[in-house]
Amino acid sequence: MRILVVEDDKDVSGYIVKGLREAGHLVEHADNGRDGLLAATSQEFDAIILDRMLPGGLDGLGVLEMLRGQDNQTPVMFLSAMAQVDDRVRGLKAGGDDYLTKPFAFSELLARVEALARRRRASGPETKLQVGDLEMDLLSRSVRRRTQKIELQPREFMLLEYLMRHVGQVVTRTMLLEGVWDYHFDPQTNVIDVHVSRLRQKIDKPFDTALLHTVRSAGYMLRAD
Amino acid sequence: MVVRAFRSAGVRLALAYALVFGVSAALLVGVLWVSSTNILTRQVDAAIDADAQGLGEQWSSGGAIGLFNTIQNRIANNLDNDALYLVLDPKGRIVAGNQGSWPEQVSRTDETYEISTKRNGRRTLARFHRYDLPEGYALLVGREVTARAALRSLLTEVLAWSLGLVGLLSISGALLLKNLFGRMVSQVSATADAISSGDLTRRVAISGRGDEFDRMGETINDMLDRLSRLMDGVREVSNAIAHDLRTPITRARARLEDAATHAGSPEQLRCAIDRAVLDLDGITNVFHALLRISEIEAGARRSAFVPLDLRPLLDDLYDLYGAVAEEGGLQLVLQVSGELLARGDRDLIQQAITNLLDNAIKFSPQAGTVELVGERVGDNILLSVRDHGVGIPAGDVGRVTDRFFRGDTARHTPGFGLGLTLVRAVAQLHSGSLRLADAAPGLSATLIIPAAVIEGRVNRALPAAVGA
Repeated sequence: MRILVVEDDKDVSGYIVKGLREAGHLVEHADNGRDGLLAATSQEFDAIILDRMLPGGLDGLGVLEMLRGQDNQTPVMFLSAMAQVDDRVRGLKAGGDDYLTKPFAFSELLARVEALARRRRASGPETKLQVGDLEMDLLSRSVRRRTQKIELQPREFMLLEYLMRHVGQVVTRTMLLEGVWDYHFDPQTNVIDVHVSRLRQKIDKPFDTALLHTVRSAGYMLRAD
Repeated sequence: MVVRAFRSAGVRLALAYALVFGVSAALLVGVLWVSSTNILTRQVDAAIDADAQGLGEQWSSGGAIGLFNTIQNRIANNLDNDALYLVLDPKGRIVAGNQGSWPEQVSRTDETYEISTKRNGRRTLARFHRYDLPEGYALLVGREVTARAALRSLLTEVLAWSLGLVGLLSISGALLLKNLFGRMVSQVSATADAISSGDLTRRVAISGRGDEFDRMGETINDMLDRLSRLMDGVREVSNAIAHDLRTPITRARARLEDAATHAGSPEQLRCAIDRAVLDLDGITNVFHALLRISEIEAGARRSAFVPLDLRPLLDDLYDLYGAVAEEGGLQLVLQVSGELLARGDRDLIQQAITNLLDNAIKFSPQAGTVELVGERVGDNILLSVRDHGVGIPAGDVGRVTDRFFRGDTARHTPGFGLGLTLVRAVAQLHSGSLRLADAAPGLSATLIIPAAVIEGRVNRALPAAVGA
């Protein structure tokens, strides 16, 4: 995927660019708002990582507003040290698609930006999701693997749906809390691990191949090998 | 000097008071004067008319001679010496009366004229009326209006006196007000001076009379109390950062330094780095929690309050934590009763109860029960989390909501001592409170928030705000 990183801090941007390239993405970098806007409007990107505070008179919000003003709908993820709820709300209201506060774990950034870029490619409303031999019918709200029907609680169904929609991608615990439970804070207890392991009991345990994998120090991934 | 005097609010107030006082006194006297002269004028006119009518009757009964005699009689018997008469024959010659000539203005018979005239060598003001007699004779009847002039001079005198009095009163009033003002202001400014030079304990003295000055003093004192509480909060936070973050930072630093000098293999180095990153994440979490608490305490998020149905919120939490409790060999029980509608911030209430549940699960003994209860009591909604663990020693109850406070029993469990601080801040943001009670054994932590006053039944249609 082609990703644009607009970030003025050399260490942070160097680290992000290196990490993204290692993950197999094509990365462009700009260290101020003006260059960032120029790059974003002159080339096609799958996602833009945008710092809120940038030198040179044009900050992240300004860049995003001008971009959206030109009807450019490239997904944008804000990266900011401004962690207050109001800052977050303002960033999302201005047309941002996600908001990650500094400091952050690279795995979180990678998972979120990949999810953003992928989301854009998703086409139309689906009625069926399929990963390997696991099938989900969104209309009858039923799940089966091979020929066997799997009974899920409503919340387990939502969790599995989220994982299936992000098939082949790393999904972090925070993303699951936000996406499935709509909680915007991290509880101390590892509540997500408990729910994922319960889901695993139902969809993987009775079968010989595992679909739901744990990605060390990052999160989970649903994938059919 | 004059300019300086005008700068004094007390002097300005006194002058305004004198002005209002003076103008109203002048108005009062003016109105009195106008209405009394009106009455006098009407009386004079009535007297002239009655006189003329009497004279007319004389003419009808005694002819011209009778009239002349009567006029002479009346002039002679007029004690006040204010009656004026004149009779002209058809040729315009004076035939009777005490008036030297016919005033030129008096031409019509349907009007009474007020004319200044000469009498016995002095100028006076008089009112005249003309009456036409038969055979071409003309009669002029008039009255001097000296009484009115006397009244005018009397009122002028009264006005002058009262203006003098007003002046005297306003000067003493001004002095009184200026003193009162000065005393109050010097009280407040002395307090403010003491505070700006660092003595935050000083307060404005209250006289106890319950007057406006007392109320103002109380308002100022309330403001100062709030300020010093905030100052204490800031001091508490900076102390906490200085002391309590030192430990994890020291730990991370030591780990990295130790690895740099002693690590024997890349594997050991990687392991040390990973653990240092975890330490740093912990420090970040503490910062995040501290910022969130001060954000809540500042009250800014009140603008994001929406009507909330807390039942689905509790259901969700039960759903999320039920599995966690089970995993830990505990049982989570949900008890909900009554209507649980409130105005608030959904995220914050969730987080507060999450903190309580985290604590309850952390401190529960094996195979214990944790109860999550939502109930309506009077005008309040009580959201309680009860565990049957070690509880909080009575001596610590007042301090567990302080930042970074960790009881002896919590010393060996993970955490930073910010959980209950956040719960209390959330309760206060919602104009409620956090009540910690002994569940014998264990702890019962209750978040009390006021129930929303809902008109009609609109709130059943709220899941958009609740479940979105």
